[in-house]
Amino acid sequence: MGSPGGAAGAPKAWGTVRRNGSGALAFHGLVLVFLLAPLVVVVLVSFTDRGYLALPFGGASGGASLRWWRAIGQNVQFVESFGTSVKLAAVSATLSAAMAVPASLAIARHRFPGRAALVAGLASPLMLPHVVLGVAMLQFAAGLGLAGSWAGLLAAHLVVVTPYMVRLLCAGLAGMDARLERAAEGLGASGWTAFRRITLPLLAPGLAGGWVLAFITSFDELTVSLFLASPAHTPLAVRLFTHIDQMTDPLVASVSAALIVVTILALAVLDRFYPIDRLLTGERRG
Amino acid sequence: MIRPALLAGPAVLTYALVLALPLGALLLLSLHGYDPTRGALPGWTVENYADLLTDGLFGEALARTFRVSAGVTLICLVVGVPEAWVIHRMRPAWRGVMLLLVLGPLLVSVVVRTFGWMVLLGTGGLVNQALLALGLPGAPYRMLFTEGAIVLGLVHVMLPLMVLAVWASLGRLDPSLPRAAEGLGAGPLTVFRRVVLPQLMPGVLGGTVMVFCLSASAFATPAILGGKRLKVVTTMAYNEFLNTLNWPLGAAIAALLLVAVLGTVALWARLAERPALRRLGAP
Repeated sequence: MGSPGGAAGAPKAWGTVRRNGSGALAFHGLVLVFLLAPLVVVVLVSFTDRGYLALPFGGASGGASLRWWRAIGQNVQFVESFGTSVKLAAVSATLSAAMAVPASLAIARHRFPGRAALVAGLASPLMLPHVVLGVAMLQFAAGLGLAGSWAGLLAAHLVVVTPYMVRLLCAGLAGMDARLERAAEGLGASGWTAFRRITLPLLAPGLAGGWVLAFITSFDELTVSLFLASPAHTPLAVRLFTHIDQMTDPLVASVSAALIVVTILALAVLDRFYPIDRLLTGERRG
Repeated sequence: MIRPALLAGPAVLTYALVLALPLGALLLLSLHGYDPTRGALPGWTVENYADLLTDGLFGEALARTFRVSAGVTLICLVVGVPEAWVIHRMRPAWRGVMLLLVLGPLLVSVVVRTFGWMVLLGTGGLVNQALLALGLPGAPYRMLFTEGAIVLGLVHVMLPLMVLAVWASLGRLDPSLPRAAEGLGAGPLTVFRRVVLPQLMPGVLGGTVMVFCLSASAFATPAILGGKRLKVVTTMAYNEFLNTLNWPLGAAIAALLLVAVLGTVALWARLAERPALRRLGAP
């Protein structure tokens, strides 16, 4: 990756004069191996033909098969939990968008007392330990007779995903020319029309990025769900965690590998309209 | 004044109902006694907190939580800050790809990633198989269900977050500064240490407190890689709530964790972040 290529001797194209030395690149390589090794290993192990965790090659440790991938479909509990997680993630991301869009408009377009507190408050679930959120919501839901209910699970996820939604929406609004809205209103559009015809279309990339990020966050969430799940509503992460707690068979590997594949596919689709590195770094589009 | 209130209303109400009220109720619950047959008792008391402060098991879990979080933070600093700088110095095309590879794991469930470490670290796991093949004395080693395994698993979760925190500061770095230093004959390490690093301090300090607090709050990784015996504060609270069913005591553990995390954030902002910003010339 250090080859000069066509841009040899043109350092202006990027930040600094000197390229990364071989030491820096070796260091970077080790970091990548460390970060990707557990994911690669999970995918490899999912193709074993044995009844225990083994690589699908290397003679003594067995061969390759799709046995454990087929086993996912035969496991009613995992299939059911997958459905629960998808529904939970889609509904919480959508409801989160519904309340985060107006809240982000208030933050981005208005100056009012308590604005800083609102920004900090909306972001607070990022800093609060999820175990604390989980136990707090469990005992509160239990007091209301909602422990283990769909409503309790949904409410919890709504709060957990909203900080991501607000962050991307605020970034989108900050990168937008507010004069366009004012021009529309000046030309006689009502506030609602200006929002619907001007703001919302311009906000679409941020909204879509926020929705996907919220969906993934909800789908991956374990700790809060662990306290609020019930046999009728068990998200996939909870199902996987309790399964690992009892035994570690290659089925965990194939389900995990399927989750990795689904994540990669979702990101590939998302990347078409919202560059993923910007989604993650929170940098503005453009 | 009315318009922002209306706009933010739904979100504020939802947060109040789902977040603020339950947290308040949790603090109240921690002030009740507990009886195994009758559940939470009506009278007010601070005995849960008194019990925790004198309980050897909780002290051990607290010490372990602190040790693990400090270790994870240190490793993330030493690896994550240079890593962000290395990626930043790449050409834009490579930069996007590498950033994606480093940050992408953030979007994969922590359960999945932790399971990957289980496969790698088990007694019959791949790391031990490799060590055996190399003929290392004493192999296979017991690596799973140790504090080291918890630290390793948590570094895997937190390292991308540290890179992300530093990345924001790198975007604000004036590229002519390192260029000038190099022009004046400074080597790459000197440029990084004397010119780049001081400019990155806001991101580094923000990342530090974030990684420390998230490590102390982490549940899945210590629960899976620490096994049943090595308890941290979060797994202890979980245990009280879902196994022992002593909810008031579990609430007290959760309340202590909450106060510790919020206190750390506030104290860090006062003692480390504000002075650092002032040194960079912020008002």
